[in-house]
Amino acid sequence: MTTETLQRSVTARRTAPVTWSRIRPLVIHVLLAGSALVMLYPVIWMVVSSLRPGNEIFRDPGILIKDLRIENYRVGWHALTEPFTRYLLNSAVVVLGSILGNLVSCSMAAYAFARLEFAGKKFWFAIMLLSIMLPIHVVIVPQYILFSNLGWINTVLPLIVPKLLATDAFFVFLMVQFIRGIPRELDEAARIDGCGKASIFGRIILPLMVPALATTTIFTFIWTWNDFFSQLIYLTDPHMYTVPVALRSFVDSTSSSSWGSMFAMSVVSLVPVFLAFLLGQRFLIKGIATTGIK
Amino acid sequence: MSALGELGSLRGKKPAGQKKDNLAGYLFLAPWLLGLFLITIGPMVASLYLSFTDYNLIQAPQWIGLENFTRMLSDERLHNSLRVTFTYVFVSVPLQLAIALLLAVVLDRGVRGMAFYRSVFYLPSLLGSSVAIAILWRQVFGTTGLLNQVLDVFGIEGKGWISDPSTALGTLVVLNVWTFGSPMVIFLAGLRQIPTMYYEAASVDGAGVLRRFFSITLPLLTPILFFNLVLQIIHAFQSFTQAFVVSGGSGGPSDSTMFFTLYLYDRGFGNFDMGYASAMAWFLLVIIGVFTAANFFASKYWVFYDD
Repeated sequence: MTTETLQRSVTARRTAPVTWSRIRPLVIHVLLAGSALVMLYPVIWMVVSSLRPGNEIFRDPGILIKDLRIENYRVGWHALTEPFTRYLLNSAVVVLGSILGNLVSCSMAAYAFARLEFAGKKFWFAIMLLSIMLPIHVVIVPQYILFSNLGWINTVLPLIVPKLLATDAFFVFLMVQFIRGIPRELDEAARIDGCGKASIFGRIILPLMVPALATTTIFTFIWTWNDFFSQLIYLTDPHMYTVPVALRSFVDSTSSSSWGSMFAMSVVSLVPVFLAFLLGQRFLIKGIATTGIK
Repeated sequence: MSALGELGSLRGKKPAGQKKDNLAGYLFLAPWLLGLFLITIGPMVASLYLSFTDYNLIQAPQWIGLENFTRMLSDERLHNSLRVTFTYVFVSVPLQLAIALLLAVVLDRGVRGMAFYRSVFYLPSLLGSSVAIAILWRQVFGTTGLLNQVLDVFGIEGKGWISDPSTALGTLVVLNVWTFGSPMVIFLAGLRQIPTMYYEAASVDGAGVLRRFFSITLPLLTPILFFNLVLQIIHAFQSFTQAFVVSGGSGGPSDSTMFFTLYLYDRGFGNFDMGYASAMAWFLLVIIGVFTAANFFASKYWVFYDD
């Protein structure tokens, strides 16, 4: 009798936390999934709306498609002075140039900071870290004057040349962090085998820092693709417009009737970012966690 | 280790035993150094000079002393743009970080599918700075936008959130809070550094969830919180795209979304008042510098360093 009640009270005490601990993950999942849905709902809705006819954008807050049309895409593609292909190509040129520039110049600077000893190294390193935090607005006016005197306005040069000169110091820092994790013994071994500093860089460090280069590539891709401020300032000729600048001019030039095609082109502009995110999220999250910017 | 941590620990480092090779060092550094002087420091000096001049790009700059700065003292639109920017920064950044921290703590507790949620919450950080999302925001918060359509389903009558000066800035705050994913990822990385041993010990002592959060998690996370705070404040002060596109380039309605950076763009590239724009840019640098320095100063009293 007594043992039985004891037994029962023990099981009772055990079952109570068991049910809660069974429910708890469920509750958390519901809350997390709910907030994720709320966050992404507008984006999903934009994609859906772009595939709907005409002005349903202003009527249907749901995300079911009854009548799938790609008309908005056809109209939007040719709504501006140039077909959208042109803007995509312009953006692609800027993005590729920027990636190439960042990879070459930032890896060189990072190798110097992480592995070489030279006079004034600490000083330059501090300057490099500070420059990460410098607002672009402080330099934009004289830069504009400089580039316009060089005749570079409405070319991609003001957008690419700075990257060739490692002005995205954030990536220098990211690569320095990475190189520090590569064992110095490898450099030593290569040096004993007769490698100079340049070939240690080219044959040992560069191949080993591929993950850091991948992170740099993906971040540069996304940031440059989305970048608006500098492209707005340097590209004023509609033939030279990149995707963000073209989209912006869409906002100016349209009435409410063409929201559908504006949404369609917005979706087009987000597709590359989304693909880069899918392919590279491992590198993105690692890059953020190790250097923590943006 | 973060960029801020690096900066703090620079003094303490001993040079490695390697021989100095100035030629190799400076050769590898050459592109960066060239960029530093041509693209960064040169223009900084030039803009400092221009801030004391009247310059419209066509005629040569004319020295006018402190006139640009005294003009800033009496420029009502500039004062308004400061109010707007400060409101934006000091409302959106704490909100954004609070949500980032909350979700990081929830995700850190071994939730199944954690990587999936992390990716989903992180995605808006990548999209948030694009023109496309700003266009979406214009629609969502418009008079016949998505928000009002949803409210309508519940029988609530909405309004033109963007056309109303009292709520326009709020839509931009929401947009910045929406991008809480990247500070969240940084928090998650920080949470992983906290030894589980601490939590086990606290549990044995009978500490509840809240107690463990405030006595273990939060103090040990303060360096990361500080880092996020500094960066997000610097970042928010420089916001441009979203306000520019959402307001159709005007900073309206009634200058209610006229960020400092928008006003700077308007002066410099709308009116080619380059001298005044340069003075404004330096003022912005000073503001950001002061807040960053204040942050570093205050950190002595609330940031807890374990080592």
